[in-house]
Amino acid sequence: MKKSAIVCRCEDITEEEVIKTIEEGYTDLEELRRKLRIGMGPCQGRVCIPMVIKILEKKTGKKISKISIPTSRPPITPVPLGTMASDKDEK
Amino acid sequence: MKNKADVVIIGGGVSGCSLAYMLANKGIDVVVAEKNYLSSGATGGCGAGIRQQWSTKENTELAIKSVKIFKSLSAKLGQDIELRQGGYLIAVHDAKEMKQAEKNVNMQHSLGLKVDILDSNDINDVVPVLDVKGMAAIGATFCPTDGHANPFKTTFAYVNAARKNGAEIYTHTKVTDIKTIKGKISAVKTDKGIIKTNTVVNAAGVWSKKIAEMVDIKIPNVPFRKEIMATERLKPMFEAMVISFKDGIYFSQQEEGQIVGGIPIPGEKKGYKTLPTFSFIQHMSKTLTRYVPQLKHINMLRHWTGFYDVTPDARPILGEVKELKGFIQCNGFSGHGFMLSPIVSQILSDFIADSKTSKILESLNVNRFKGKKIDHEMYVVG
Repeated sequence: MKKSAIVCRCEDITEEEVIKTIEEGYTDLEELRRKLRIGMGPCQGRVCIPMVIKILEKKTGKKISKISIPTSRPPITPVPLGTMASDKDEK
Repeated sequence: MKNKADVVIIGGGVSGCSLAYMLANKGIDVVVAEKNYLSSGATGGCGAGIRQQWSTKENTELAIKSVKIFKSLSAKLGQDIELRQGGYLIAVHDAKEMKQAEKNVNMQHSLGLKVDILDSNDINDVVPVLDVKGMAAIGATFCPTDGHANPFKTTFAYVNAARKNGAEIYTHTKVTDIKTIKGKISAVKTDKGIIKTNTVVNAAGVWSKKIAEMVDIKIPNVPFRKEIMATERLKPMFEAMVISFKDGIYFSQQEEGQIVGGIPIPGEKKGYKTLPTFSFIQHMSKTLTRYVPQLKHINMLRHWTGFYDVTPDARPILGEVKELKGFIQCNGFSGHGFMLSPIVSQILSDFIADSKTSKILESLNVNRFKGKKIDHEMYVVG
């Protein structure tokens, strides 16, 4: 993978940025997420988190099973506020 | 892991980490023990707001001092904390609320804070996207120097600077017991080892109550689950944080463009529950689209929960407890820990490192709840 490859498409984060941030000492997946906002976009990490875990594994030598995976938050996929504010059923 | 330290701070949220930074700066040998990751509790879930408009004089004074420190924090810590002073607009809905607002603004003016009372016609000059009729506002108060900052980046910036000054910060390290000898603290036991110390700071957020129980100290804090949501990113629409005490809503547009906000759910119950509720999604969407109708076309992306560590007067508990020497409280922030952290860490570090006390520190001691009349902070949202 090229260093400039985009890892997180929602937030435009490259592999290089992930590696740099790990080297700065953010070796916890959750802290990395809060620093870079990976997994906080519309896909909630479905694209980036598996890749970030692999990069983290490689850099820190810690196994995936030792790294807890971030919680997926409702509503899981983006839903318009107007839909959730409405009491009426669609016809 | 170290086996002894001058001070052990329990909790790696913004309160514990800012205090670690302040103490390390004063040459104190300090350790932070965090059971999860940094900012994993209330700090990481919070709404990021920084407010100076309060109903009690003490809180207003603290908040003014806090904002002063926030302004120089990025430069001092060498990392951008993304502070933006876009102001807080507090909606006023009826004559009774206006009377209270006028009283508060007078008190705030006496402390030198710039706050304006706005007519309903002026609200859109500050936040153009608001539907003044929909939100049923007769006016508002606006303080232009209120604002928000990034809670994660603030915590990380404190941690990095604290580590540079010699502080040790251990994550995934759970405190399991606190040892005492003859009414004095002697050591902190963790799942990674024992640290000998005479001073422990209880900055564990909603878990502070449980930490205090380890040494048979009762603190009156109660955990409340609070819910909050973020929309997709939008172009900059407004700079102010909008809040209403009547509706309980607060929301702002963050640096990256997403709108972040919360509201209490009807029939809220105390406890350690963390699961989000559907009633929040409905209640928040309804109220938010009433305030800003055009947001009905905007997607909600995520919705999560965090805790308020609530005290009987909605003000923090700070300082040493009478019953146990070296046991210092830094909790009970009732939803305002992030915004108060710069000044709280200054007050507590002055006390711990230099034995300096102050009127404000005395007034926030836990013994204020013993048979005295409580001056309750009325300006709480979310």
